Amino acid sequence: MKPKTAIGLATVLLLLLAWYLATDVAGLIDRQRFPSLGDIWTAGAQIMTRGYAGGTLVPQALYSLRLVVLGFLVAAVSGVPLGILMGLSRRFEALVNPAFLLVRPIPPLAWIPLAIVWLGLADSAKVLVIWFAAFVPAVINSHTGIRNVDRTLIAAGRVHGASQARIVWDVLIPGAMPMIFTGLRLSLQASWTTLVAAELVGAVLGLGKVLSTAYRDIYPAMIAVGMITVALLGALTTKVLDLIERRVVPWRQY
Amino acid sequence: MAAILSAVRGRRELALLSLLGAALFFGFWQMLAISGLVSKFVLPSPGEVLIAALTMMVEPFAGNTIQGHVAASLGRWAMGFGLAAAVGVPLGLAMGYWRLLDAMVSPVFEAYRYIAPLAWVPFAALWFGTGIGGPVMVIFTGAFAPCVLNAYRGAHLVERHLVEAARTLGAGSVRVMAEVLLPGALPSVVSGLRVGAGLGWQSLIGAELIVVSSGIGYVLVQGQSNLAPEIVIAAMAAVGLTGLLIDIALRLAEARIRRRWGQTP
Repeated sequence: MKPKTAIGLATVLLLLLAWYLATDVAGLIDRQRFPSLGDIWTAGAQIMTRGYAGGTLVPQALYSLRLVVLGFLVAAVSGVPLGILMGLSRRFEALVNPAFLLVRPIPPLAWIPLAIVWLGLADSAKVLVIWFAAFVPAVINSHTGIRNVDRTLIAAGRVHGASQARIVWDVLIPGAMPMIFTGLRLSLQASWTTLVAAELVGAVLGLGKVLSTAYRDIYPAMIAVGMITVALLGALTTKVLDLIERRVVPWRQY
Repeated sequence: MAAILSAVRGRRELALLSLLGAALFFGFWQMLAISGLVSKFVLPSPGEVLIAALTMMVEPFAGNTIQGHVAASLGRWAMGFGLAAAVGVPLGLAMGYWRLLDAMVSPVFEAYRYIAPLAWVPFAALWFGTGIGGPVMVIFTGAFAPCVLNAYRGAHLVERHLVEAARTLGAGSVRVMAEVLLPGALPSVVSGLRVGAGLGWQSLIGAELIVVSSGIGYVLVQGQSNLAPEIVIAAMAAVGLTGLLIDIALRLAEARIRRRWGQTP
């Protein structure tokens, strides 16, 4: 083990020990406000077996995960091609940009109330808001990715007699791929933030529903369980995206 | 000459296309609103939104005028963002300076980064209430990570000999950080602050949607529960505009600082 990893591990263990001692053993901190490790364990066991806020942990987590994946996919499928088109044609960019510039400064979370007015608390409202959140980074990075492709490569392609279509397909899009994935990673992060916010504002099921119910019940240990689950799922989906990136862009250097 | 002319013509064509794009956006919206395909309670026309915005500037809605709500939100944002910058930048620089601190804090920080800022809302409300403390904590959690990360990366960009030279000449750790690392890392620090400012503003809106009962995010919620989409859209425009102004101000500051302190890599 590298010394850096060892020090990091030791710090985390020490912090956990201090937390355990301060809450479970010495009772220094008010457990109505700050959960102890034991409380979190109990809350975790409760939601795993008996369920909380309308379901056990696995269905709640899968429900949120499904919405994030759905919203993210819709955003990726619509945002990346739009960004690529904007990168390829300055005319198309000029035509689309005004609408984009008007919408872009509005934080995705500010769409939540409008989505509720339009679609209520249905799943479609959440997918719509996630789409708004994840769309912008996907577009911007695909656009920049196309624009930043090395001019020499394009010229080389032309000299060797490649048609416009082949240059787009074989030079520009592969060249933009690393940047496109950077955008998708930002999109994924935005998807999770937005989903949590949307479910906190109003939801029937899901991890945000767990968080808001736990807040109303003043149940800090359950809040912690909800947060940990969100963080783990966020890390998991990012890892999956990394694996896909390694498949699609094997030449990218890390 | 011909090239210049065609460049001018090209630029004019692009400007015309942009105007056409904007006209299409508002035209489509207007058509959709007056066509009767969608109800007024779903999509008001641009004119109705403008009227709602102007009305809210004079008549109080949800306890305050729209400027008053924006000012309340901005005040909270400034506190949370100021706190995140005041804690995050020194922490990032110190992590860049002391390897031990870096090794200790990094894993905790990595774990923290995976938690969506909005997931802190319940704890923030529970610990610090929903008046000032809670929202400030949510803004802090949103803005903190980019402040730390960019200060840390910036500190690594500073040449090691500069640090060693300062130490040889007898500067203490605090002095090295304040007078060598900070100026060297400044361009990176400022871009981190800009990203953090945006995320902080966004997190605040989330907090105001969920638990806080004042500020521009609260106007959004009130518009929603009154089924008044024109108020919601007007408030969204106010949120977007304020965020844009914050961003422009920080971009200008960033450009100045880059000119003054930037070492082009």
